[in-house]
Amino acid sequence: MSKEPVAVTGIGQTRHVAARRDVSIAGLVREAARRALDDAELTWSDIDAVVIGKAPDFFEGVMMPELYLADALGAVGKPMLRVHTAGSVGGSTALVAANLVAARVHGTVLTLAYEKQSESNAMWGLSLPIPFQQPLLAGAGGFFAPHVRAYVRRSGAPDTIGSLVAYKDRRNALKNPYAHLHEHDITLEKVQSSPMLWDPIRYSETCPSSDGACAMVLTDRAGAARSPRPPAWLLGGAMRSEPTLFAGKDFVSPQAGKDCAADVYRQAGIADPRRDIDAVEMYVPFSWYEPMWLENLGFAEEGEGWKLTESGVTELDGDLPVNMSGGVLSTNPIGASGMIRFAEAALQVRGQAGEHQVEGARRVLGHAYGGGSQFFSMWLVGDRPPTS
Amino acid sequence: MTRDGTPWAREIAVVAFAQTGHRRTSDELSEVEMLMPVLHDVLAQTGLRTADIGFTCSGSSDYLAGRAFSFTLALDGVGAWPPISESHVEMDGAWALYEAWTKLLTGDADTALVYAYGKSSPGSVRDVLTRQLDPYYLAPLWPDSVALAALQAQALIDAGETDESALAGIAARNREAAAANPHAQLRGPVPPGDYLVRPLRTGDCPPIGDGAAAVILAAGERARELCARPAWIRGVDHRIEAHAPGVRDLTDAPSARLAAERAGAFERPVDTAELHAPFTAQEVILRKALRLDAGVTVNPSGGALAANPVMATGLIRIGEAAARIHRGDSDRALAHATSGPCLQQNLVAVLEGDPR
Repeated sequence: MSKEPVAVTGIGQTRHVAARRDVSIAGLVREAARRALDDAELTWSDIDAVVIGKAPDFFEGVMMPELYLADALGAVGKPMLRVHTAGSVGGSTALVAANLVAARVHGTVLTLAYEKQSESNAMWGLSLPIPFQQPLLAGAGGFFAPHVRAYVRRSGAPDTIGSLVAYKDRRNALKNPYAHLHEHDITLEKVQSSPMLWDPIRYSETCPSSDGACAMVLTDRAGAARSPRPPAWLLGGAMRSEPTLFAGKDFVSPQAGKDCAADVYRQAGIADPRRDIDAVEMYVPFSWYEPMWLENLGFAEEGEGWKLTESGVTELDGDLPVNMSGGVLSTNPIGASGMIRFAEAALQVRGQAGEHQVEGARRVLGHAYGGGSQFFSMWLVGDRPPTS
Repeated sequence: MTRDGTPWAREIAVVAFAQTGHRRTSDELSEVEMLMPVLHDVLAQTGLRTADIGFTCSGSSDYLAGRAFSFTLALDGVGAWPPISESHVEMDGAWALYEAWTKLLTGDADTALVYAYGKSSPGSVRDVLTRQLDPYYLAPLWPDSVALAALQAQALIDAGETDESALAGIAARNREAAAANPHAQLRGPVPPGDYLVRPLRTGDCPPIGDGAAAVILAAGERARELCARPAWIRGVDHRIEAHAPGVRDLTDAPSARLAAERAGAFERPVDTAELHAPFTAQEVILRKALRLDAGVTVNPSGGALAANPVMATGLIRIGEAAARIHRGDSDRALAHATSGPCLQQNLVAVLEGDPR
């Protein structure tokens, strides 16, 4: 028996900001869940199961928070799962939820990811103490900057590419009312003159630290038929992992990312991603990851990704828009960031992305990664149900 | 059964199970070193190599490990190269098994490796578990896991459903059963001891310890190739209750009952039950909720009262139940896992062997 087709019929997110001091953690997640239900025109009783995800529990200081959040998410008497796969978790959580529908275990599932980073300091939360790690790194930027430098050296990319990505994403965010950063006075010069944090990554080329949640309603064919608005259909989804460190690991273009994309494309019948996919919402926490992932995901040949960025292909009105929402560079509640990417992909094919809508977007890729460039989750959604 | 009431698309079975010898401390071992022999064990039982596994899923907790992303190190033990299809739940490994089971149901994979581990020894696990509670209204009071279990036990005694000597009997029976279990931490007679939190004595509480477990799942014919008598998962379901102890009837476990019903446990009697009841009074509640009569062999392994490596204890219940089916000691077994204070969240799996 083939898999049940999975549709996204409800999407909700909070207006992401640095600190949501007006709500509890429960209040934050309920706000996003409520909006997803409203979008699908469903109520709590229509939901069969809840799958939540977030990054490390230390970020809020709540261990296994699904226990405490059961009431707020209407899960009492229902199955509730909690996924944690590092930065990719928002994507992985959506895929775990999708499998419940695909396997015909449940008909309609609420999936949600969140982070309330104002409860702690995420940078130091990510800086592991001795004896787990040498005291050489401070935050994720310290980990990723050497790999960005390796990319620049390997590809020969001009050193302005990173700033072009940041300038684009921050301008896209101005069209997205849910984005955290709305820098109305941004200019390319301002990005290029912002302080250098981890060479070559400047302050304006890094992601913010946000409070936010994102939720989606996933449902089967019958649920999609009742949907008041056009659904997004899951055409392919996959996760891949590899170890953090090992001899021969390619940090610039990890094999797990390539394998994950290949699996998604195979499921969706994508022969040429550059031609067959209309837009990409990818996990770019530091600007340079746009060209790096364009290559890793097969949208450009190795060493050529930066040319797509430089020539404007990835602009909102370009031939392959990337991070229409403003991306992780404009909004980063870490545990939710992957799901926001997946949700933006679904919004686009539903034609509901508002001012940052890409005209005629029919197949859009959502991408997330985490850990030391080692955990990948991706889904490709379309405006029509899968044919096979 | 599926949501439509039709049979599952594929039959999926537990084909191998392994666990560590659970110990009070494992200072000399990292989590990865603790896990490695267990992974090698289940692979050896089936003759599979890491590269043959279609999907991998694990359960563990950063709060026990004392560091963020602690599960990433365990990947080294799995040998995730070439890259693997893999996921992780920040829950007991029983829920990792649930995720893997759904993955196999979709047909995306034919085999799955599921593992879980936890070291309670580095910190004070009673205090650590308070961090699971509502961060605004409950956690600031630091009600520890034993204190909450004691509230539950007292409620049960007040309801006239048990008494302290009956609880001592449950403790004794579990530890006696554990005498035959080389992996158990507390084996044979254990004195009831002093009150830890009244009415619970030390004997009513689980040992604190470190351990790991692993299971291999396989679908259909693949399961029969890998195991002489696969433990078929006839159903598995899990449910959660309200969080605040004050709004729950602590003498009952409606979520466990509902999960059992959805897993098909009440369709025919089981001969064996492995219950995740770290405190004696919780066995009383679960026997009632799961309708286990005196004819059912409960916790032949000694259960969580004999070994309680937090995050792996629930998966071990499924593994122990499956192993009895593999050995021909059981034909239909129920396995139960729990999470949260006072049995807040419960999972039930029903396993069967082929007719003999």
